[in-house]
Amino acid sequence: MARLTMPPAAIRRRTFLSLAPAVAAGAAGFPRALFASGAPVTVGVILPLSGAFADQGSHYEVGMRLFQEMNGTRAAGREVRLVIRDDQGPGSGDLARRLTQELILRERANIILGYSFTPNAMSAAGLLTEAKVPGIIVNAATSVLTQRSDYFTRISVTMSQVAHSLGTWAAGNGIKTVYTIVSDYAPGLDAEKWFVKGFTDGGGTILRSDRTPLAAMEYVPFLQRAIEAKPDAVFAFNPGGDVSIAFIKQAGERLKGTGIKLLVTGDVVDDNLLPAMGDAIQDVISAWHYQIDVDNAANRRFLAAFRAKFGANAVPSYRVVQGYDGMALIYQTLDKTGGRTEGDVFMAALKGARLDSPRGPVLIDPATREIVENIYIRRSAFANGVGVNTTFATIEAVRDPAK
Amino acid sequence: MNASGLLTVLVDGIAYGMLLFLFSIGLSITLGLMRFINLAHGAFAMGGGYVLVVLVGMAGLPFLLALPVAFVAAGLLGAALELTVIRHVYRKSELQQVLFSIGLAFAAGAIANILFGPQQQPIPLPGWATHMVTVLGIAISGYRLFVMGCGLVALGLLIALFNHTLFGARVRAAVDKRVTAEGIGINVGRLFAAAFSLGAAFAGLGGALAVGFLGLDPSFPLKYLVIVLMVVAIGGPGSISGSFVAALFLGVADALFKYWLPEVGGFVIYAILVAVMIVLPKGLAGKPA
Repeated sequence: MARLTMPPAAIRRRTFLSLAPAVAAGAAGFPRALFASGAPVTVGVILPLSGAFADQGSHYEVGMRLFQEMNGTRAAGREVRLVIRDDQGPGSGDLARRLTQELILRERANIILGYSFTPNAMSAAGLLTEAKVPGIIVNAATSVLTQRSDYFTRISVTMSQVAHSLGTWAAGNGIKTVYTIVSDYAPGLDAEKWFVKGFTDGGGTILRSDRTPLAAMEYVPFLQRAIEAKPDAVFAFNPGGDVSIAFIKQAGERLKGTGIKLLVTGDVVDDNLLPAMGDAIQDVISAWHYQIDVDNAANRRFLAAFRAKFGANAVPSYRVVQGYDGMALIYQTLDKTGGRTEGDVFMAALKGARLDSPRGPVLIDPATREIVENIYIRRSAFANGVGVNTTFATIEAVRDPAK
Repeated sequence: MNASGLLTVLVDGIAYGMLLFLFSIGLSITLGLMRFINLAHGAFAMGGGYVLVVLVGMAGLPFLLALPVAFVAAGLLGAALELTVIRHVYRKSELQQVLFSIGLAFAAGAIANILFGPQQQPIPLPGWATHMVTVLGIAISGYRLFVMGCGLVALGLLIALFNHTLFGARVRAAVDKRVTAEGIGINVGRLFAAAFSLGAAFAGLGGALAVGFLGLDPSFPLKYLVIVLMVVAIGGPGSISGSFVAALFLGVADALFKYWLPEVGGFVIYAILVAVMIVLPKGLAGKPA
């Protein structure tokens, strides 16, 4: 196998391109030698671990580590080792690409698990294809990602899956008219498009669709317009964090007593944002793919392990589950390939994989490599200073409607 | 669109404007009166916010008691920084002031991140604050009414302080003719420290009030920098009443245009900024240099 001693910074794209086939061929030629030496499987992990999004990055890592603590660090007889890199959040596509390259070339990563943000995953897609290294997207939710590389799969959810499910559910549950308010950027437009499609296909009517500036903190003017249009419900999407807190606080206040329901995607009322939103979350309806109250054996086991580690009242976010399931998918696929990690072998085994996940049954669609999973419809409630989301309807085995 | 809807949006815009006014007072003082470009101003607002979070969210103190503590704490923080580091930067070039203070803002965010983590800080608001009051068909929350009251009281106090007290007269004298002021026995160093600390205190109050409105996390000092600079630029640096008018104007214009023209509404305040800077480069209350 070609030995690479160059520092990663010196490896230019062209050099990399010429080396990639050699690395791939080398790996394919010596699988037996690797087993004999008991070589570890290296999982390159790329997460936002510093800056404003360090919090969410740490959640995926917690999930990955938790899985290994529960299931050991060996799969198919090989040690599975994590090599973690920090891509510093969105807007660092170039860095994510460079880190992917470094992990593949210098750390000899067999599999990449990571990417919280779409642009970062997007920038690495070409590299994964060239190097034939499987990439498991731990979060980024733009539908098109899995079409950018044949080596991509996803262990999170797509925005279209969630928004379309919520639209369909709303149309089927007595909501006739909706006013939509989404943040004016790609995921917002995605959410709007697929909610509207699900809702109008189900017979609903959209009164109007407003788009708000991405970082806007004042939503009252938009809400006032919506209230005057007298819809049955407002559908909203915004990018989480402080923006969503401001939105929900104002929307909760304004819509109270008007009889207008508030529908959002689950990330807007993420469990760890609820305390800051306070009682404004009362009766907000949301759709999401994981919820702490999912009732199955896998979730009970997961929650017990999580709480044994972080305290009896600790609430794992959906991001922890995504990190956890990412590792589960890797272990299961290694079992299937007998420890082989060559890109094409691994991807072939991964297609059609079924996971018994804390979020319910998960299938990797063999045709699209896209995740198929349950979407839960939840209602938020606030009592005695504590906010919770409670599932009251389940839409089973949802495929990405965009594919 | 109807009359009561319009009025509701108008009143909300005024409340938002009042918050901007509280944020911007300190910057107006340092930038306009002391000629120090303090881009770290938002850090004092964030400091006030975290004081409130600790007192109300963690220690369970009443909200109304925690507000003055946040005001004083931010003021003390301002005084401490002024005495130790900031006073050495007054005579540096403008570029050095900008670099220094923006560095300070980043450092403040990093410290907040270490102490409190990157997440949003929750605070429980008292019952009266979340209660909606309806007057003549206009619905407004108790909290927004309270913020409006705070803004008006701050305006009155500051105008009285700067225009009708010895302290105000001394500050104005020191700004216009520092050497002369020192010659007649005014301790300009101590005076500036006091003025700076006062600005930081009001920022702290604004930051504390903002937690229940906009939320709080370590990116706070930079997130509201642009809008606060806009208030000071449009109002005219150094003018308290100018800042007041500009803040209200921006808050109301922002709300109204988002309501009338949601497609472009969020952009209108920037267009206003450009227009004001072309027509009145020194701001609404600008005096000739």
